[in-house]
Amino acid sequence: MCGIVALFLKNKELESKIGEMFAPMLVCMTDRGPDSAGLALYGSEVSGDQIKVTIQHPDDDYNWPAIQASLKDKLGVDSTFILNSNHAIFTMSANDAEVSDWLDVNHPELTLMSIGQSIEILKEVGLPEAIVKRFNVSKLTGSHIIGHTRMATESAVTTAGSHPFTTGKDICLVHNGSLSNHNRLRQWLQANAGIKFQTENDSEVAAAYLMWKINEGSTIKEALESAVDDLDGFFTFAVGTKDGFAAMRDPIACKPAVLAETDDYVAMASEYQALSNLPGAANANIWEPEPGVVYSWSHN
Amino acid sequence: METIDLAKTELRELNQQLHDLTADTDKTNWTVENPKGMHNVAVGLNVPVTVEINGHVGYYCAGMNQEATVIVNGSCSTGVAENMMSGLVHIKGNVSQSAGATGVGGLLLIDGNASSRCGISMKGIDIVVKGSVGHMSAFMGQKGNLVVCGDAGDALGDSLYEAHLYVKGVVKSLGADCIQKEMRDEHKKELGDLLEKAGITDHKVEDFTRYGSARELYNFKIDNVDAY
Repeated sequence: MCGIVALFLKNKELESKIGEMFAPMLVCMTDRGPDSAGLALYGSEVSGDQIKVTIQHPDDDYNWPAIQASLKDKLGVDSTFILNSNHAIFTMSANDAEVSDWLDVNHPELTLMSIGQSIEILKEVGLPEAIVKRFNVSKLTGSHIIGHTRMATESAVTTAGSHPFTTGKDICLVHNGSLSNHNRLRQWLQANAGIKFQTENDSEVAAAYLMWKINEGSTIKEALESAVDDLDGFFTFAVGTKDGFAAMRDPIACKPAVLAETDDYVAMASEYQALSNLPGAANANIWEPEPGVVYSWSHN
Repeated sequence: METIDLAKTELRELNQQLHDLTADTDKTNWTVENPKGMHNVAVGLNVPVTVEINGHVGYYCAGMNQEATVIVNGSCSTGVAENMMSGLVHIKGNVSQSAGATGVGGLLLIDGNASSRCGISMKGIDIVVKGSVGHMSAFMGQKGNLVVCGDAGDALGDSLYEAHLYVKGVVKSLGADCIQKEMRDEHKKELGDLLEKAGITDHKVEDFTRYGSARELYNFKIDNVDAY
């Protein structure tokens, strides 16, 4: 069991309040996932050739200025960073693969959380309430957030094993369910698509699979539809992209999901109670996503 | 009239008060406010009182109901009226999966739609859905009636025993061993009585089709002896 929550704002005026609206949703899903929690925030988009790189270290007092200096010395990259607890969000003009490879080789103590122009993934082990406090979630601003509370089944309770997962620029996946063919699919993706994996987790394989499909030219919708054929198991997925989010349940709808839409937002949760305190929830258009059908929203 | 506001009173306290009622209680009318998707609201009632819930509820609302009337002015999550024994559960909105699961008796009336597995393993309950039902409804249904005024999803009545299924709209597909059956006089009477009990006047008995078990799966067949 796990909990999924997502909030996509249609009304730009609410962007300064997204964290305040979202934090209670995440905490409400503690019963479904008390091990770890995380979120992918989309906001403060950087422009042109700039990228945002979110990196985690277990210690709160890690020497981030040293990383900034090494980026300059070794890669010739100027960067700025802001800290959110033990996650540093760097902004730089650089090649994302080069930065990722460099971190991999030179700083195995660091975990790369996300790369993109908008995405920031913040996740840790612990009760959702503790995660909300740690990252000061109620103060976050942005256009959409995809969140997850984890009750581990397929792999260890670690920061890297918690959700959201990302395997490409600005894309993230959260998953409720479990996949049974993830080992073979992981091997195939490593061998044929050159994808690197951080964990033994089944959901990371699903994220990698979707990214591979997208790199092959599929849209998010097409990638999710082909997941129905290629992923064996049961799932509710929520996928975040720079411009929006998509949701899908497996064809026999083993895992729950509820969607609510008003003029101001689209919200998703594993259980209605996580939506019940959103403004206008009682009179929102509320429905369960049909099995095997992709639902998506975008700012474009 | 007793009113409990779940924004102020613990759910456990509400359910305990309802469980403490005796058959001769004079507190026969209850209103519950602010359920906000909570699970297990008004479960395990066993006296003839009426509980009206204003708002959407979570899982297992009115589960195991006996004698009581539970009305939800909103929608329900998974397993509403699961294992219901008797009484009436009336949902004014939509319901999620497994509504009336394993229900033994009483009437579950749903004004909106029900999602997958409505009436799964039903054992005598009557379920009337004014809208449509999702896939695998009445899966392994043993006894009772499922009336659907809208459409039914895939695999209706899969592995059905002796539950009676009446659908007015389109059935996307029938499950294993579920077949269309002739509507005989006793079925017309049965369906007519159920529609009347549910207060439904805008659907005619003649417009429904009956489905039931072909009885090929659950009876031993000598042709299948090699499978054992």
